[in-house]
Amino acid sequence: MRSVLLIAAKDLRIELRSRVFLYQIVPFAATTLILLGFALDADRASLRNFSPGLYWVTVLLAALLTAQRSISIERSGGLTDAMRLSGVAPPKIFAGKSLALFVYLMVLELLMLAGVAILYEADLVDVGLAVATAAAATVGIAGAGTLYGVLAGGSGVRETLLPILLLPVFAPVLIAATRAFGDALGTSAVNGWGWFGVGAICSAVYALGGGLAYGPLLETES
Amino acid sequence: MRSLLGPPSRPAAGDETPSLAHTGSRATKLLGFSLLAGLILLCLFAFVFSPEDRRAGPEGTPIGQFDAVRLMYIHVPSAIWAYAGFGLCALGSAVYLWKRSVWWDRLAHAGAEIGLVFCGITLLTGMIWGRPVWGTWWDWGDVRLVTTLMLFLVYLGYVAVRSTAASQTARAGRSAVLGVAGVVLIPIVNRSVEWWENRTLHQQSTLAELRIADLTLFTLVLGIVVCGLAFAWILLHRFRVAWLESEAERWAMQAAIEERRKEAARGEEAARQEEAARGEEAARQEEAAPREEVRKP
Repeated sequence: MRSVLLIAAKDLRIELRSRVFLYQIVPFAATTLILLGFALDADRASLRNFSPGLYWVTVLLAALLTAQRSISIERSGGLTDAMRLSGVAPPKIFAGKSLALFVYLMVLELLMLAGVAILYEADLVDVGLAVATAAAATVGIAGAGTLYGVLAGGSGVRETLLPILLLPVFAPVLIAATRAFGDALGTSAVNGWGWFGVGAICSAVYALGGGLAYGPLLETES
Repeated sequence: MRSLLGPPSRPAAGDETPSLAHTGSRATKLLGFSLLAGLILLCLFAFVFSPEDRRAGPEGTPIGQFDAVRLMYIHVPSAIWAYAGFGLCALGSAVYLWKRSVWWDRLAHAGAEIGLVFCGITLLTGMIWGRPVWGTWWDWGDVRLVTTLMLFLVYLGYVAVRSTAASQTARAGRSAVLGVAGVVLIPIVNRSVEWWENRTLHQQSTLAELRIADLTLFTLVLGIVVCGLAFAWILLHRFRVAWLESEAERWAMQAAIEERRKEAARGEEAARQEEAARGEEAARQEEAAPREEVRKP
């Protein structure tokens, strides 16, 4: 557990020092929310109705950038080799990196939640459901992002390959999280906790599968 | 199985150059001719012998799929063989991760590509069929449609990873993980019509419950057999092409190493000759020096 926390702290410390997350990823997500508002012609009713979907599409696009950022930190200065030689088991490396990604994304999601409340006038009817859904979905996004990040990382075409690989994998989480958020924001009458369960199962599968597959993938890194 | 899927002609002893002339063999030619005959037969049954789907409606108006039902003879078999291709890919990927055998990796690659082609045909024929029957090309509420598209995109990613410029081992390892992960979607796609009964326009499995007329059923089964022949024929050729590609890559690498060795040997020879020439020059100068000393007095 200690090595997991050490790896997560290392990634978070690098991110805090470089401030890429604060100065580039958060502004990117905010700009996307604003552009979506322009695209829907600033129709308040439509924006409020579609706010769960728009919110999660923005989060996923920002998650792509965050996953790319996470793997580029790892590849700079031969950190991947150092990590492999450290003797830490690959599932622990995976858990540490996923934990760091989870923390960034949770911060981003809280900021974006304030964004949709202000820009799209979305009402948070069920705070507990919203937070639980965000946490469950983020586990899956962080797990898949970490796994596919290392998969695309060594290919030399990471920037173009990662979205192709990752976006279809995000789709089940997107569907479940959007439905649950629809209930949490009061825009659709669905069983939000049921969809939270679907999202949580998907995320658990991604996290477990990622932990198992990370070792063989790390071996292919050169 | 291994001999059938192996390279078409092994190089003779001492000849390290792989044969790149063709990927055919007696077995693939036989399979190819059977496929051709099957396709002709399928066209006859699909367009001439089998009836259109027309039934009497509640007020005497005809209902059904009419001529669009003929698309089912390619749509359903394509879906079945797409699952087979992706299943083969998953099997090959899993065995590759276990045994690190290049043979299984090539099989997984071939299976994924063929699965992708059949999945593309399934989506395309489904959309063409959906327009006259459902009144729409695409329905986002149809779970099977959406999950099939996701399956297609996941294996598109697999093929994208295969085309990256990494080493063969790295490519094989990365794509094997994707191949195994993607197969999880197959049962979801297949069972979606039962699991989300009220969220799909697709009907429940008519083939398993034999809820279709005799000639229609026969043509559908014929379609499955013919698509199976096409699957096997393309698989054999694709596997051999993949095998030859890797052999050619290996051979090109060996040739490049050999060339560098020759260059190094040529460099060493030139250095040796230069050294010898320098030695001879020094010896000549040494011989000339005492004679000059003798002449001086």
